[in-house]
Amino acid sequence: MQENQSVISARNLDLTFQTNDGPIHALKDVNLEINKGDFVSFIGPSGCGKTTFLRVMADLEQPTGGEVTINGVSPEEARRSRAYGYVFQAAGLYPWRTIGGNIRLPLEIMGIPKAEQAERVKRVLDLVELSGFEKKFPWQLSGGMQQRASIARALSFDADILLMDEPFGALDEIVRDHLNEQLLKLWARTEKTIAFVTHSIPEAVYLSTKIVVMSPRPGRITDVIESPLPRERPLEIRETPEFLEIAHRVREGLRAGHGDD
Amino acid sequence: MRNIIPILTVVGLLILVWYGAAVALNAQWARDVAARADRTLTFSELVADTWSQEKPKLPAPHQVGAELWETTVMKKVTSKRSLVYHTWVTFSATFLGFVMGTALGTLLAVGIVFNRTMDMSVMPWVIASQTIPILAIAPMIIVVLNAVGLSGLLPKAIISMYLSFFPVVVGMVKGLRSPDQMQLDQMRTWHASGWQTFWKLRLPSSMPYFFTSLKVGVAASLVGAIVGEMPTGAVAGLGARLLAGSYYGQTVQIWSALIMAAALAAVMVGLIGLVQRITLKRMGMA
Repeated sequence: MQENQSVISARNLDLTFQTNDGPIHALKDVNLEINKGDFVSFIGPSGCGKTTFLRVMADLEQPTGGEVTINGVSPEEARRSRAYGYVFQAAGLYPWRTIGGNIRLPLEIMGIPKAEQAERVKRVLDLVELSGFEKKFPWQLSGGMQQRASIARALSFDADILLMDEPFGALDEIVRDHLNEQLLKLWARTEKTIAFVTHSIPEAVYLSTKIVVMSPRPGRITDVIESPLPRERPLEIRETPEFLEIAHRVREGLRAGHGDD
Repeated sequence: MRNIIPILTVVGLLILVWYGAAVALNAQWARDVAARADRTLTFSELVADTWSQEKPKLPAPHQVGAELWETTVMKKVTSKRSLVYHTWVTFSATFLGFVMGTALGTLLAVGIVFNRTMDMSVMPWVIASQTIPILAIAPMIIVVLNAVGLSGLLPKAIISMYLSFFPVVVGMVKGLRSPDQMQLDQMRTWHASGWQTFWKLRLPSSMPYFFTSLKVGVAASLVGAIVGEMPTGAVAGLGARLLAGSYYGQTVQIWSALIMAAALAAVMVGLIGLVQRITLKRMGMA
């Protein structure tokens, strides 16, 4: 694997929403490089633009200034070539489709042959440890399992980039710990590049190789922390001094950002 | 089955009120007849008379029941005097109009959801169409269609359609717009076409709205078919029975046709409800 190969790159990125109460600077002068195989977390209080940034990468919002490239091309081109999988805060599974049917949905849209669809569904269900649930309907699964199915769906078409917008935000802490652990394993096995939005400090520190701390009004990056933690991370790592030190630095960064208003 | 008891209780109460009203409304006639014969009626004679007049203002339930029995079970269904025959005539116009109205309503809704121009231009007309009294426009529809050589079932079905497409348009526009922004964004991240978004997301999402619209639509269809039978001198159908009944003061006949129309509507709405329950359950949406 080539290290330090830039996959996502943002230069002088600005995004201003025009509202009736005047302009809102959702993102101002944002610069960031995400390398291949990175696990990058975006953390910050609400209104800091972390989700907006992710949506710009996904071509769901248009920047008003600056530039973002994904694999060297514009977000729109990246979206058209299905370069990323996007996991939303809610699982968003269709109740009228089985778990297998839900995962097959993007594959059907992309026109992948039937036999290959079945193969891929089986493989990604294995990846998220949901084998045997293919024929179940979403309401038969717990919230955590539904979110895993939605991750499987984002993985099914083999995009190298995974954009995740607070995917575990609505789940309780025990389930969240478990899913974090699983996500790390999945990341190690698939070598994907992951951009992950969260507002939980332990989650950000536990998962990431790079933590991007953001602050609101205007939405901007205040600190980028390269994590010294090893890639292999048991849950217990969260009690080590290194971990606590990074968490401390993140908290300081968040506090500094808040001091502005 | 536990919801059958409240229903029967209400039916029982209605029948009681009905009998009481029959006495009150028909008493004057009974007294007048008795006065002409120089007799005075005892209370029980009065009640017995009000419940068995030939042309009462309000027939008693058992008179309507007897008439229904007489005209459904005791007559051959092919007979012009069979209520089953008339119900069938009205039903066929209702059904055809309902199918056409549902198709038209769904097509308009798809157009309105997908095309901004249609959204702006069609919806006001759809609403305006329903502000015109159907009784005013029905005879003209019949006359115009007759002039171009269309008569019989189709003109009635078109009046049915005119009433039944409206709830389908309104319901389906709402249903096709029911997917939330997240679901639409999700489709966008997969680079899905508008057509794929329609088939795989919008249409399935609209099903609960669709069935609700159908229930309103089928009842409106029946009203349309009956209205279509009234101003045209139609010889068959529940509307024709109502009209003939009112010409000749046959209140018993009018009431039995009304009861039949209500029963027909109940059966149709019930059937749609059944299909709705089965479909939505299978879709995991009920």
